[in-house]
Amino acid sequence: MKFVSAIIKPFKLNEVRESLTALGVKGVTVTEVKGFGRQKGHTEMYRGAEYVIEFLPKLKVEVAIDDNQLEQVVEGIKKAACTDKIGDGKIFVFDLEHVMRIRTGETGSEAL
Amino acid sequence: MKKLAFATTSALAALLGTVVCAFAEEAPAINSGDTAWMLTSTALVLFMTLPGLALFYGGLVRKKNVLSVLAQCLGIAGLATLMWWAFGYSLSFSGDGKFIGDFGAAFFKGIYGPEGKDISYSSHLAGVPESVFAMFQLTFAIITPALIVGAIAERMKYTAVLAFIAGWLILVYFPFAHMVWGGGYIGGTLGAIDFAGGLVVHMSSGYSALVLALILGPRLGYGKEPMTPHSMVLCMIGTSILWVGWYGFNAGSAGAANGLAGSAFLTTTLAAAIGGFVWAFLEFITKKQPSVLGFCSGIVAGLVVITPAAGFVDATGAVICGIAAGVVPYFAVVTLKRKLGYDDALDTFGVHAVGGTVGTLLTGLLAVEAVNGQAGGGALFMKQLGSVAIVLVWSVVATAILAYAIKVTIGLRPTADVERQGLDINEHGEEGYAD
Repeated sequence: MKFVSAIIKPFKLNEVRESLTALGVKGVTVTEVKGFGRQKGHTEMYRGAEYVIEFLPKLKVEVAIDDNQLEQVVEGIKKAACTDKIGDGKIFVFDLEHVMRIRTGETGSEAL
Repeated sequence: MKKLAFATTSALAALLGTVVCAFAEEAPAINSGDTAWMLTSTALVLFMTLPGLALFYGGLVRKKNVLSVLAQCLGIAGLATLMWWAFGYSLSFSGDGKFIGDFGAAFFKGIYGPEGKDISYSSHLAGVPESVFAMFQLTFAIITPALIVGAIAERMKYTAVLAFIAGWLILVYFPFAHMVWGGGYIGGTLGAIDFAGGLVVHMSSGYSALVLALILGPRLGYGKEPMTPHSMVLCMIGTSILWVGWYGFNAGSAGAANGLAGSAFLTTTLAAAIGGFVWAFLEFITKKQPSVLGFCSGIVAGLVVITPAAGFVDATGAVICGIAAGVVPYFAVVTLKRKLGYDDALDTFGVHAVGGTVGTLLTGLLAVEAVNGQAGGGALFMKQLGSVAIVLVWSVVATAILAYAIKVTIGLRPTADVERQGLDINEHGEEGYAD
């Protein structure tokens, strides 16, 4: 099993969700996060004073999937979240050791 | 204001000849139209501070300090009212001293007059009860010190703010209200004119604000950390309330529901609308983006510049005042502040001192005799220049003395940890926005 954690632009959430649902992903967790990458924030101007907003708001989208879904899921998120502009985010993939569904006690792929 | 009362009285005297004697002996009857307008204006000017100015400033600070600004405005309203009743009104409008009044009307003594409450015996405003005049003037004594809050926002102890304001009202506000409107040196002897408070309100508070901000020092992290407004929406609401309230401030300063009030209403509208438009237009030219804060700043600057001129200039003069308001304070705030590096947090100096000075000087040039009997020109301009110099020097010296006195006694600033965490939770035990 794999755990995919994607940092995306907030306004891309709906497209990412649609593509994941289409791929049969059963659950998604979304967190509002802030951070910087190569985009390095943006600037805002108030009465002529320029402020660098260093940490930009992004969304972290997390999904747990079977190994055989990995390629499609990563490609799906990439396509849905891509604007071709700096600041589109990143996708991290981890090995997933163990899963348990709390209500039923199921484990492993059954629990996904 | 006083000038106007004199003018009205003498005009009436000329017309009515024999009635003059009665005038001198008996107080004139209440004029219900004038009184109704002055009651309305009084409420409008109070609304400028609570919540107008409080929201305008509150929106511009960071989230952690929004309540501190509101609490400062609320505290000042209470403190100024108490002092006004005890001796402030008296020092401003009783007696004929050159620089300050006397204690003849302390604790509102004699404010109802010997004839009872239906008679106006007010020497300041014929036809309007003195109680109304005293309350109208009180609302000016509230908003003026509250303007200073903008310069020292986010970094001054609450006790120090109130201590400073108490001393400032005594050393600066009451003397200038007396000197300009109470028959003292500037209005009476020098003959400079200030319709609704360019000198008394905006310059006195603006120059004092700069000095206090310099003695206080910049906010921790100023110039390094982002200090962006936490809510431009609140700021815009506050600006709009200020604009509406300003009709009481300027048109109310006519002291009557008459043509002059209408004229001041008109000039106020033109200057505010044009000031906002020009400021945002300059942003569009220089930075490609007209901002909401730009519109708001220009509107307030337009209102400030027209304040001393409102009842002396005509529509053309008001348009010139509005354009000047969009240009001069813009450069004070955007360019001058950055070059000199002082932390006038919400630009009390850049908007109110600079705008008040521009307006006071422009009044000397643009006054039109047909509007209110004062013709602009070299002679009046020199008087205006003299009044500007007096307000500037007096405000700077008095503020420096007060600020240092508070610094060595109770201290001006909270601890660094309190400032970093925010004044709201530490000084008021509340947060502006619950999660």
